[in-house]
Amino acid sequence: MTNPSLSPWGSQSKRPTSMFWIVGGNRRTRRKPTQITNMCLSVSAMFVLVEMVDTVRTTPWQFERKLNDSIAEELNKKLANKVVYNVGLCICLYDITKLEDSYIFPGDGASHTKVHFRYVVFHPFLDEILMGKIKGCSPEGVHVSLGFFDDIVIPPESLQQPAKFDEAEQVWVWEYVTEEGAHDLYMDIGEDIRFRVVDETFIDTSPTGPSTSESASSTTAEETQRKEAPYTLVGSISEPGLGLLSWWTNN
Amino acid sequence: MEVKDANAALLSNFETLKYLSNSPCQRQSPEIVKEFLSALKVHKLTKAEKLQLLNHRPMTAVEIQLMVEESEERLTEDQIEQLIHTIASILPGDPEAEAQEQTEMEEDDVPQE
Repeated sequence: MTNPSLSPWGSQSKRPTSMFWIVGGNRRTRRKPTQITNMCLSVSAMFVLVEMVDTVRTTPWQFERKLNDSIAEELNKKLANKVVYNVGLCICLYDITKLEDSYIFPGDGASHTKVHFRYVVFHPFLDEILMGKIKGCSPEGVHVSLGFFDDIVIPPESLQQPAKFDEAEQVWVWEYVTEEGAHDLYMDIGEDIRFRVVDETFIDTSPTGPSTSESASSTTAEETQRKEAPYTLVGSISEPGLGLLSWWTNN
Repeated sequence: MEVKDANAALLSNFETLKYLSNSPCQRQSPEIVKEFLSALKVHKLTKAEKLQLLNHRPMTAVEIQLMVEESEERLTEDQIEQLIHTIASILPGDPEAEAQEQTEMEEDDVPQE
């Protein structure tokens, strides 16, 4: 990446292999991907600081503003609330560490600046304990939301055992056994839940080229692909202390 | 398209902020964090464990067992008690919940007639 001949222009034709793509966005036009230089710079548990380098295009009508401000806005527009493949969910710009020289290219009035910056990214480490709210239950497991991030699922085998799915009420139940008999502990929607992160999956949801087989089957495949979340966390509550907060608070 | 994206960013930050404002971190300051970390030095915990203690402010032994790996072997019961005491004394808790606890305790103290 230290190749001096790699001008902002050249990186378009010559894409380094270590570049990352934003996979969660619904952006129509694909721009040059942001390059990640350093992950997990400093850890604040569920959020990490990621060092990145990107070339930002500043349009002429933004020239009256301070360069830092317009670049910060562009970076937030491009990255905030997007999932970057194998990096995590981008939250907001932390700081700009270095601005390189700006260039104006023939045929384009905008200035292009290579920026080194740090971004706050949601990316909990494995085995981390998180707190969320139950978003819903389905036969696939319990779905948990953190408010800003929803793609968390606790599969049935990771629930407190023995667990069963109540078909009538559509909730998972922990059949907690004591000396006095079994208690059904319901996992209702909206309850606070504490869970451990056991796995994470990133799916590249960036659009692929038109498929060669053209039929109705291709459109249905496309639809299922659209539903896939770019970043999914798998949780577990099969340990003492995990599960609904109300299960463990009062002794 | 552009405007929609900018809105999404705002929403995202707002939601993150909302999430964080419900966590114990809301009442922590750099001074408190520093004091807490130096108080934890005696327990020989890893960085990630200290971080989770800071973020969650655990108040029960079962919560500490979750966040500290192999806590049964590494910490004695006394040490866990001591750890809970350190956490409770240095990290500020939710004033409302604490006030409620206080009143409940006072109510308990009142002899039943």
